[in-house]
Amino acid sequence: MAQAAATDAQQAVGKEPRTNRYRKYAPLLIMMIPGLLYLLINNYLPMLGLIIAFKDVNFSKGILDSDWVGFANFEYLFKTSDAYIITRNTILYNLVFILLGTVLSLACAILLNEIKNRTLLKAYQSIITLPHLISMVIVSYLVFALLSPETGFLNKTVLPWFGIDEGIMWYSETKYWPWILTIVNFWKTVGYSSIVYFAALLGIDEEYYEAARLDGASRLQQILRITIPILTPVIIMLTLLNVGRIFYSDFGLFYQVPLNSGALFETTATIDTYVFRGLMGTSDIGMSTAAGFYQSIVGFILVMLANYIVRLKNKDNALF
Amino acid sequence: MKSESRGLTWFSHISLFLFAAFCLIPFVLLISASLTDQNAIVAQGYSFIPHKFSTDAYDYLINRGSDIARAYGVTIFVTVFGTVAGLALTTLLAYPLSRKETPHRFLIMFIVFFTMLFHGGLIPSYLVYTQLFEIKNTIWALIIPGLLTNGFYVMMMRTFFQTTVPPALIESAHLDGASEYRTLWSVVLPLSTPVLATVGLFTCIMYWNDWQNGMIYITNPDYFSVQNLLNRIMQDIQYINSNMAGNAGEALSQMPTDSVKMAIAVIGVLPILVAYPFFQKYFIKGIMIGAVKG
Repeated sequence: MAQAAATDAQQAVGKEPRTNRYRKYAPLLIMMIPGLLYLLINNYLPMLGLIIAFKDVNFSKGILDSDWVGFANFEYLFKTSDAYIITRNTILYNLVFILLGTVLSLACAILLNEIKNRTLLKAYQSIITLPHLISMVIVSYLVFALLSPETGFLNKTVLPWFGIDEGIMWYSETKYWPWILTIVNFWKTVGYSSIVYFAALLGIDEEYYEAARLDGASRLQQILRITIPILTPVIIMLTLLNVGRIFYSDFGLFYQVPLNSGALFETTATIDTYVFRGLMGTSDIGMSTAAGFYQSIVGFILVMLANYIVRLKNKDNALF
Repeated sequence: MKSESRGLTWFSHISLFLFAAFCLIPFVLLISASLTDQNAIVAQGYSFIPHKFSTDAYDYLINRGSDIARAYGVTIFVTVFGTVAGLALTTLLAYPLSRKETPHRFLIMFIVFFTMLFHGGLIPSYLVYTQLFEIKNTIWALIIPGLLTNGFYVMMMRTFFQTTVPPALIESAHLDGASEYRTLWSVVLPLSTPVLATVGLFTCIMYWNDWQNGMIYITNPDYFSVQNLLNRIMQDIQYINSNMAGNAGEALSQMPTDSVKMAIAVIGVLPILVAYPFFQKYFIKGIMIGAVKG
């Protein structure tokens, strides 16, 4: 035992012979086996599976034995208007969510920072983060209670106030959905992301404000001249990282909340819902695999690009 | 100056109060709708104050609720098992990565990290899980695809171990003859409860709320979780009858359809609303930890 300890002390890490090092730290390596095995199955095998985008998927033949078709799936996909619609929807929704969402969450964080009463601050924080905790299935029920054509609160109570008695068929009218989905998204995410900004706000040194107060700066001036400039790097970083994920959408929001209504395809379909419908057999599986491939590759390029730009600005803020 | 500052405080209170109300109001409508008489709903729609109070929907669900009880059983099992297994898997991967001595740790870090950047996507994952491992329509379909999906938790835990557990402590445990596993269990983990609680809580919420795996891999109603049951009922309210004992036609005519729909959602969301005050502190802390880069 004492001898082992002595050799331990003698041998600085890295200087010991390779085989010894492996033997000595084998328990640490073995410890990681379950996790790595899991990543292999759950993450790396599916990456290889992307090749099915170049196959004519036939479940009865099995995937590996399905015929190769080259780029045919992609040709079909990009010939239809589907590719355009799902790409447009995914990107436009994300842009609105990122731009407006950042402004709203930031505003909310700044307001939270003005609250000095601890109890009320805690209460506001807990309530506005509550929607983030609720599953999209439940959210779809909440929205249904408002929008149901026959029994919804809007059709039965709100619209009659304005003299509209016939009601609106919310679940088959495409034009309302950009508004509905944006509102639902903000309902669910603004509180959560405002806490992220609020955490950054807490890190600002109180001395800055002290000095500004001595110079006679009003609270509003302090916010504009101190808080926002200090938060700018965080804002830029979070925004760029979100831009990197612009090819991905919140599947639940676009699938559950419109109740998977086919009539709403034009304004509610995103790449994620399109791929899912392909898998469930309600749209073409070949085109869906192509759309999935397209999302993985373009998404990856965008993440790398966004990270590269963050890195250029500030190395510490980059993901890697 | 003082009055301006007070004005801003009032403005903050009013805005946040309105925003908080906006966040809560849909739940009020849901609960009120579930407690409204069926005929009143048909006549006046869902409303914030029941036009005619009734607990018919809940009576109905209690009488025919074997499916709901079963779905709760599935959800609870999946949540408990998934959280424990996910936490174990994350810890066992994160701990060696936090140790400088581990051979090839940067390569392995990269293997973990790369999964956060690049995904095979839904269809390839589906094929792996259904063609290679036949987990379709088994309870594992609800557990396995979620175990370690978030490489971020591994990074977060690793950073925590690195920054809060002094290497000297680990070394002295080894000198006392403790194995790596013993050290992890008796020295490192007791010091790491905050990060374990955070990752555990978020994993737990993820499992409780998951409907996607059920929708993809489960067609047998025996394995429906609460979320899947809700999902199914939203698409087809008759489902609740067709799948339960009794005369379906007769039952449907008696069923207070519109309030049942809301009541079942209340049953689905109530546990979270009730438990939230007790864990909100950790939830918010977790969001903040996640905010500071892992």
